[in-house]
Amino acid sequence: MVAPLALGLLVLVVWHLVVVAFAVPAFLLPTPLAIAQQFVAQFPVILSTAAVTGGNALVGLIAGFLIGLVLAVLAASSRLIAELTTPVVLAASAIPIVALAPVFTIMFGSTTEIARQLVVTVVVIVPVFVSAARGLRAVAPVHGDLMTSLAATPWQRARFVRLPGAVPYVMTGLRLAAPAAVIASVVAEYFGGLQNGLGSRITSAAANTAYARAWAFVVASIVLGLLFHLGGTLVERLVTRGRPA
Amino acid sequence: MGGRTRSVVTTASAFALLVLLWELVKLVVPDDGVVVGGVRILPRTDDASMPHVWTVIAKLGQPEVAGAADVRTVGAAVAQSALYTLGLALGGLVLGGVLGVVLALVMLRFRLAERAMLPYIVASQTVPLIAIAPLVAGWGGKIAIMGWAWQPWASVMVIASYLAFFPIAVGALRGLAGPNRASVELFTSLAAGWWTTLRRLRLPAAVPAIIPAVRLAAAAAVVGAIVAEISTGTRGGIGRLIIEYAQTATGDPSQLYAAILGAAVLGLVAAAFVSLLDRALWRYRGAVG
Amino acid sequence: MSELASAKSARSAVELDGVDKRFGDVLALSGIELTLDDGEFVSLIGPSGCGKSTLLRVVADLEQPTAGTVQVGGKPARQARLDQDYGIAFQQSGLLEWRTVAENVELPLHVHGVGKAERRARAAELLELVGLADFAGSRPAQLSGGMQQRVAIARALAPQPKLLLMDEPFGALDEMTRERMQAELLRIARESGAAVLFVTHSIPEAVVLSDRVVVMTPRPGRITEVVDGRRPGRDAAELEPDDVEDVRETAAFFAAVTAVREALRKGHQ
Repeated sequence: MVAPLALGLLVLVVWHLVVVAFAVPAFLLPTPLAIAQQFVAQFPVILSTAAVTGGNALVGLIAGFLIGLVLAVLAASSRLIAELTTPVVLAASAIPIVALAPVFTIMFGSTTEIARQLVVTVVVIVPVFVSAARGLRAVAPVHGDLMTSLAATPWQRARFVRLPGAVPYVMTGLRLAAPAAVIASVVAEYFGGLQNGLGSRITSAAANTAYARAWAFVVASIVLGLLFHLGGTLVERLVTRGRPA
Repeated sequence: MGGRTRSVVTTASAFALLVLLWELVKLVVPDDGVVVGGVRILPRTDDASMPHVWTVIAKLGQPEVAGAADVRTVGAAVAQSALYTLGLALGGLVLGGVLGVVLALVMLRFRLAERAMLPYIVASQTVPLIAIAPLVAGWGGKIAIMGWAWQPWASVMVIASYLAFFPIAVGALRGLAGPNRASVELFTSLAAGWWTTLRRLRLPAAVPAIIPAVRLAAAAAVVGAIVAEISTGTRGGIGRLIIEYAQTATGDPSQLYAAILGAAVLGLVAAAFVSLLDRALWRYRGAVG
Repeated sequence: MSELASAKSARSAVELDGVDKRFGDVLALSGIELTLDDGEFVSLIGPSGCGKSTLLRVVADLEQPTAGTVQVGGKPARQARLDQDYGIAFQQSGLLEWRTVAENVELPLHVHGVGKAERRARAAELLELVGLADFAGSRPAQLSGGMQQRVAIARALAPQPKLLLMDEPFGALDEMTRERMQAELLRIARESGAAVLFVTHSIPEAVVLSDRVVVMTPRPGRITEVVDGRRPGRDAAELEPDDVEDVRETAAFFAAVTAVREALRKGHQ
């Protein structure tokens, strides 16, 4: 625990000294102190814009989680559905989904957040689907035999073994998706639309050469990402407590 | 039917179904969409918002600027831009990948380095690093390295490499540190030095862990390149093209859709590169006992 | 034809007649003839690949024979499985980690729609029987290997089966725990009156637990010999010791172990 903290502190100090000693221009890198000052000064704005970006991330996270889960359950119950959905999800994991932002903006209008929330939803569906599908497939042979010996119907197998067995996997998917939702939410803002989120503030501050301020918003988005990561990890821990690691 | 044929058929069917779904939505949902409480929950489906799939495909053959002669087709514009961006993304991937492996080696060699740096590297995957894109963009035209003026495309490559670096560093470390004690002790008993152990044991054993990391990094590099192009206004790339077409999209958005299709294909091509790499390293796949 | 098929009751606990089981090219079981009487404790022993686990799985209807018939309690094996006439314990306890110990024991009853109150009561009874009443609310992860197996046995007994099938349930345990569990199992089997078909690798274990020890050999899997076991109390007329510990130190026990060992060696040639 000490080593990373020490490193972080060292980096901050060296950073500050280098910028001051070599008179590094602000557009390249402001001092950490300047950034901190801007962070404090802009705090109310940071909160309101973070609420928007975070809100979009949350809406997309919940929607994507539910849809991804339903798709995984459907895929687990039918080989055909699994064969059809797998290539689509595989492709989705490779393509830059945020590039769909302009399309969604046209379809849903540029005066609401729906387009961005939709981008986040699609981004979230991928890890949730993959994790949930894996979990639903992962039935230990001994549990399978047990259910056969109990003359269980397919629904009973699902209810007693597959669904509860899949829970840790689904929670892992949620944990992975949470920070991804924030990233997608910020990036979606770079494609135009409403200018009320963190991403738009970064671009506008940079455009106005207020670099320390821009960096302050960058720090805010990093904190937002970490918060979602923490939240996701917490939910995962809570839901799977009592089970072996 | 054979397994291979079946998967090709189902993949093709899956995408055909998506096309069908698109057209179905166009057919069923009202032109103006469905608005509930001021929020549009179902999209606008008129031709100005959701062009027919064939309109978009047809657009690829039409000139970029209507009526003007000597102008490339939309398809050519999209392809050229996508290729340009692919180059930057792959360049960033290679750069970030090499640096990532180097850092992983450093962390492998020096436990203190690992303890100090790993938490940051892992945490960096959970935060929107891409947020700094507009800031890196600001370097364009303002700094010079040893007489070479900083070009906007360099910003793009730096951002792409930055995003590729972190997943590869984590994946490489996991893979390199992976070989179990027994294997490492075997090499020690053969009086093999750190470098030899690295070449003959760790690197080959690391391949299964590095490939998925490279896949992740490739996707991140593509997104990074596209976003960076938008932030830096780099001409020639698909990111810029998307923004340009978006501005002329009112009334006929099929050009924009074509460009976005190009971006999607770009992502798939990058993923295909990684799969080729995976294939080339087939010998090293599969867990080392 | 086995000599011990003589005293067949009208409805034996288990009856295998001319059973073959083929997996692709491999003949895992060949011409198996075996009968278990009600309340009888029979062990299957043999080297790896002799088909003893396969035989157990065939009785459980987890595998279907390629030839021959399998009757459990007078019914075809499949019907016996559907009617829940047997309980089974595997080598891994197979407890569901998200359920408490009591809920794991309740599982067979839960699956078959038994009411909550009745399930609870039965589970409590069974946990009492296996000596784990204090752990009803614990999670499997909190229990030792031996305790988990006891829960698995309790679960197997939940539907009050007349037959218990056990596939090396003590295989993963250390020797001391193993011996304790053998004593526990004998007591439980006696109290429930169930017949037991028990697969094991261990000669002393087979001898001390069983009325009869069935020796099998591989390639193809078949029964070569049946040796009398030394199950405490089995020979009431001979004033046998009733305590498992004492049984392990009798001359008759050593003789039986030797007999089994000889049978295994013979089968190997």
